[in-house]
Amino acid sequence: MTLIAFFFYVFAVLCIASAAMVIIARNPVHAVLFLILAFFNAAGLFVLLGAEFLAMLLVIVYVGAVAVLFLFVVMMLDVDFAELKAGFIKNAPVGAVVGGIVLVELALLFIVHGFDLGTAGKLQAATPPIESGIANTEALGRLIYTKYVYFFQASGLILLVAMIGAIVLTLRHKEGVKRQSIAAQVARNPATAVEVVKVPSGSAIVPSSQGQNS
Amino acid sequence: MTQLLLEYLPIAVFLAVALAIALAMMIAPFIIAVRNPDPEKVSAYECGFDAFDDARMKFDVRFYLVCLLFIIFDLEIAFLFPWAAAFRDIGLFGFWSMIIFLAVLTIGFIYEWKKGALEWD
Repeated sequence: MTLIAFFFYVFAVLCIASAAMVIIARNPVHAVLFLILAFFNAAGLFVLLGAEFLAMLLVIVYVGAVAVLFLFVVMMLDVDFAELKAGFIKNAPVGAVVGGIVLVELALLFIVHGFDLGTAGKLQAATPPIESGIANTEALGRLIYTKYVYFFQASGLILLVAMIGAIVLTLRHKEGVKRQSIAAQVARNPATAVEVVKVPSGSAIVPSSQGQNS
Repeated sequence: MTQLLLEYLPIAVFLAVALAIALAMMIAPFIIAVRNPDPEKVSAYECGFDAFDDARMKFDVRFYLVCLLFIIFDLEIAFLFPWAAAFRDIGLFGFWSMIIFLAVLTIGFIYEWKKGALEWD
């Protein structure tokens, strides 16, 4: 049990520290890398809770794909640090007001309700106990594909729409790009590639269309 | 619960070993390496020229499309994990429901291929 507590504190401290670094770090690329560290530590916390499937998803989807997407966005923006600093001073009051309101709201929540779970605790009590002895990946698998098959297929359709949407919105082909056609290259032989022309002395060569199948 | 966590202990051991090796390689040069810096030795080397400009330049937006398509297929394999884990229990219906799911996404893949989204230009 103490080992579990030790790992909990390691993951929790690293998670909070790297989340703070996401905000503090000056270089946006470093901020994204700290975000990835925070994802890893959150995955560790999920494993400690017994939610191994969520931990796996966090590593595969968030670390593997979403963080890379963030990195691309950061690299795609041409970040000008001097301009950012000027904007910081201009927008700081607005940010401080919004942040202050959220802080006061959270503080009020704790003052009024204390650390009692309240409604959330009651909701948790209403869920049926999880059958022990089944890994939760397997427990999910038993339900998603049979009982919730329509939601599952709907998620497939949503992914299809996302795929088509991404292509329609961002795909721009350049005009007049010469592509390599390997089949055409392999199919060439001396008979189609080489043309022997007899040149009568004193006259020009008019290239025939056959010699230009590039 | 504890049994489950014990299965993850090797990963923690691996992480500790990786951290120890990485830190050793980062810290050892500070202690044992000979350091005799010189402006020419410590300056960035770019084929004998001075560096022209910052290494951080704008990325092509087409990388973004590749990344988006990657995320979609990444989510698809996320659905495959519980399916494989519970394959024994879900029967033929579960099998075919996944096949239909994969077929829908294969339609997207064929669209993507025919549209030329996998080509660079």
